[in-house]
Amino acid sequence: MTGAGRGRTWRLAREYVPAALLLAGLVGCWELAVALFDTKPYILPAPSRIWDAFLEIRGTLPAHTRVTMTEAVLGLALAAVFGILLASVIASVPLVRRVLYPLLVVSQTIPMIALAPLLIVWFGFGMMPKVLVVEMVGFFPIVVSTVDGLTGADPDMIALVRSMGANRWQVLRQVRIPAAIPAFFAGLKIAAAYAVTAAVVGEWVGTSSSHGLGLLINRSRASFRTDELFVAIAVISLSSVLLFAAVHLLFRIAAPWAHVMTREDSK
Amino acid sequence: MSGFALRRVNHAFRGERVVPVLDDVSLDAAPGTFVSLVGPSGCGKSTLLRVLAGLLTPDGGEAEVGGQSTIGRPGLAAFMPQKDLLLPWRRALQNATLGAEIAGMKRPEARARALALFDQFGLTGFERAWPAQLSGGMRQRLALLRTFLTPADTLLLDEPFGALDAITRREMQAWLQEVWMGHQRTVLFVTHDVEEALLLSDRVAVMSPRPGRIATVVDAPFARPRLPSLVTEPAFVSRKAALLAALDDAMARPSLPPAPG
Ligand SMILES: Nc1ncnc2c1ncn2[C@@H]1O[C@H](COP(=O)(O)OP(=O)(O)OP(=O)(O)O)[C@@H](O)[C@H]1O
Ligand SMILES: [Mg+2]
Repeated sequence: MTGAGRGRTWRLAREYVPAALLLAGLVGCWELAVALFDTKPYILPAPSRIWDAFLEIRGTLPAHTRVTMTEAVLGLALAAVFGILLASVIASVPLVRRVLYPLLVVSQTIPMIALAPLLIVWFGFGMMPKVLVVEMVGFFPIVVSTVDGLTGADPDMIALVRSMGANRWQVLRQVRIPAAIPAFFAGLKIAAAYAVTAAVVGEWVGTSSSHGLGLLINRSRASFRTDELFVAIAVISLSSVLLFAAVHLLFRIAAPWAHVMTREDSK
Repeated sequence: MSGFALRRVNHAFRGERVVPVLDDVSLDAAPGTFVSLVGPSGCGKSTLLRVLAGLLTPDGGEAEVGGQSTIGRPGLAAFMPQKDLLLPWRRALQNATLGAEIAGMKRPEARARALALFDQFGLTGFERAWPAQLSGGMRQRLALLRTFLTPADTLLLDEPFGALDAITRREMQAWLQEVWMGHQRTVLFVTHDVEEALLLSDRVAVMSPRPGRIATVVDAPFARPRLPSLVTEPAFVSRKAALLAALDDAMARPSLPPAPG
């Protein structure tokens, strides 16, 4: 192993080992507590029992996860596209900003769990309403941070580019858009963290599909398989983390300059 | 080749109160000359440069670059602001070509020209670096390179060496002189440093405290290239004394109280 590689491994270890140890400790306590108090498995299954449930149903998990992830990713993509569009309009037309911004905030107070059944009434039990739930959850953070990014570009930088004779489009292209990329991704990351959960809520309210993590939760609950429920929960958080990490990776690729400093600082 | 001219430029900023900044400023430069502007902090030097860069419309007066009015018309002069303002999302080479590209130069040509100058600007090997990876001195040199590549005959340099330590600063002065002698463009150079101004310029204009007026203009008719040892020669020393006296004199005069309102 090279010196740099060893340094990197050491850094990774230092970063993640404490959290992993804590998690292992908690799981150990959980196992002990369940054995000690003789808790009923349908109230709180022991970690070992959840593991057994995982081994039992693991063959079906990829299919469930694939359906939910597809909804999450499609919804996220839709939220990104519409978020960027609306943010551009809000950032460039003050009147639209004054009219739409308050509405946007109010729209966030509508509980998704109430809206999801309505979407099913309108769009049926297919994939569409789930994608829309994800889209509506992710839309808000994306719009808000992208607007901040587009309007928050350094005025001196804009003046510099204008002094070179740049027109409005060139100012947008050279300064405003690149300056907004980190902000856009900050919003997209928040959206990604909630996307899988939103898709699960959509499925949970009702689905005609034979798969989906929300459906798995519903079934496990109906059959008092609390251990399966825990497996589903674990898969959901793992998928959320993966989606979040994927967005972060996308950010690194789209804006390598934004990561130069952190790379230097962490040395 | 083009010079610049400011005629009776007046300006006040209107916020909570009115701050008069420029008071009847007139200054011009023949094509190919190097003019410095010295004055106390806050007297309006950067404001003056923004007028010449076409970024600020003054309350009154005229500003021209190369015979064309810059009022409401940016893009006539190459402007280097006080902060280096490199675009963080462009690599060093792309930052260098920004002005040239916006002026409509084809990208390959702009890149070729920039690459040809990277060595002279002491940036060889850092073509692909992000601005965040450059030292303070390199950032300033890159900002200067960007300004040099902007296809305009007049350069407006706002304290280009302001952020540098004394040693680097001295190097950069010698080097700017050399580069300027090779390119022969009109320069308006803002600095706080009287010695730096005399060493580099054909003429040095002294501004009074806010509201800024041109108090005096001192000639610096020394042969080029000028060596660092020039600063100890009597002719230089006496002019430096005259400049400092003019600055003191301008400072001593009571500046206008801010107009009510
Ligand atoms: N956009 C603005 N709005 C209001 N006041 C301003 C604005 N820009 C500059 N001023 C004021 O005008 C005065 C002159 O500012 P300017 O930046 O031109 O000074 P300067 O001579 O360049 O100073 P320094 O040497 O410190 O850079 C200052 O008092 C400043 O506060
Ligand atoms: Mg200034």
